[in-house]
Amino acid sequence: MSGSSVLFDAPGPRARRVSLISSIVAGVLILAALGWIALTLAAPRESGGITLPGFFDPSRWDIFADPQVWRFIIFEGVWGTLRAALTAAVLAVAAGILFSLLRSSEIAWIRIPTAIVLEFFRGMPVLLMMLFILLVLQTGAFWAVVAALTLYNGALIGEALRAGLAALPRGQREAGLSLGMRSLQSKMLVEFPQAFRQMLPIIVAQLVVLLKDTSLGYIVGYVELMRVTLNNLASFYGNRYLFSLFVVALALYLTMNLLLSWFARWLSKRTAARSSGQRLPPDDPGQAMLLAKANAEARRSDTGHSAGGPLV
Amino acid sequence: MDVVIDNLPTYWRGFSMTLLLLGVSGVSALVIGTLIAAMRISPVASLRGFATTYTEIVRNTPLTLVLFFCAIILPYLGSRLDYATAAMIGLSVYTSPFVAEALRSGINGVPVGQAEAARSVGLGFGQTVSLIVLPQAFRMTIPPLINVFIALTKNTSVAGGFFVFETFAAARELANAHGNAVIAVLLGAATLYLAITIPLGVIAAQLERKWVVQR
Repeated sequence: MSGSSVLFDAPGPRARRVSLISSIVAGVLILAALGWIALTLAAPRESGGITLPGFFDPSRWDIFADPQVWRFIIFEGVWGTLRAALTAAVLAVAAGILFSLLRSSEIAWIRIPTAIVLEFFRGMPVLLMMLFILLVLQTGAFWAVVAALTLYNGALIGEALRAGLAALPRGQREAGLSLGMRSLQSKMLVEFPQAFRQMLPIIVAQLVVLLKDTSLGYIVGYVELMRVTLNNLASFYGNRYLFSLFVVALALYLTMNLLLSWFARWLSKRTAARSSGQRLPPDDPGQAMLLAKANAEARRSDTGHSAGGPLV
Repeated sequence: MDVVIDNLPTYWRGFSMTLLLLGVSGVSALVIGTLIAAMRISPVASLRGFATTYTEIVRNTPLTLVLFFCAIILPYLGSRLDYATAAMIGLSVYTSPFVAEALRSGINGVPVGQAEAARSVGLGFGQTVSLIVLPQAFRMTIPPLINVFIALTKNTSVAGGFFVFETFAAARELANAHGNAVIAVLLGAATLYLAITIPLGVIAAQLERKWVVQR
């Protein structure tokens, strides 16, 4: 009960009994609601004079016994999704490094336009970017999906890396410079590797978002998991299987995304244990980014005070 | 540019639907999200389990799939909602776990020491909550909540792929009709989105700077 420990005392025997009873009552209610949904789905339905069997009837699931269907789902659908996600992930990390370099440049006419362009990428729907690339640059659906995801996630990863760079102790950069490195050298060889490790959990969590967003490809006509199951297979085998195909697609998406989220969480626990006690909340990339920024801000104002103070 | 000015009514029709989607699903996501967050930190184990499962499942489902469910599977199962209402339901459900997480991290982000200190100077439960914990939780919660609403604004565009005529759908229709001015048409739509997201982002950043609790 870590959440309530802020507000409540440790429960006594009476409070524990009350919470046990209400837990059982609530659990029964939740199970009853789920059971009602299942029964509604299982009941056969009249539709246009024909009685359709319920959703748990074998006639609604028999296509999944055919290995050909699975081959199609995996090799066309899952692979289409993963191919777009992998390409976009690699490019987005590269773009993130580039964006954070340009954004923190010392030359104002590089820094300011980059900031404006990044604001633009972050404030616009990814779907609109996909449409733009598809119609204006005529790249085909795959590159429209990949390029839009790269720009959007690259902008966010760039922000994360920038926060990571800002949170580094200043001595790191000074040490690099004092060894005779140039500014860019110290960034690439000293600062980035550290910032990257610090921000790795956030970046992986952002990649979950990227993986989910590949499904937008469905709308711009890219062949991925959603289009394969809910469009191609559903129209080939008939409407009868639409619901079962939806369940399968949902299960496949949940599997991929949950595996990647767990990996992100595991990674953030590992890096948190190793690095100097600085913990980032692993759940939500946006949340983690806020905290990292707040840390960087605090550190900057600290060093600002000590640099300007009479003691230094 | 002329294309944009000539088609301002079409843009406006789309944009007002975007605003409607944002308003309705924003409010209902806030309601559902608060309920889920309350369940998540309640002492009742089964509610906590339910809220956790709900959060994990909904957060890891692509929005496109959620809206597909609302626009195509629900009518298939026999619902008679129009597409805009279906999209509002989908967007509210999809956004609610993000709201819940923002609220929960705000409350959890208050160190236990604060409540302990409050109690040790003799404040009661009500005073501890209303004077010490909630003000700090509120400060930490509002900027991430605004970020959730920025994401929601951008997510309303996905409804355009499922038969709702909002800004994205308007842009797509105009782009198809005016093949020689696609760039202007799409930039026009982008401007409308930025007109919502950038001011919200500025407010979030300002509140964040002003309200960050230095520890």
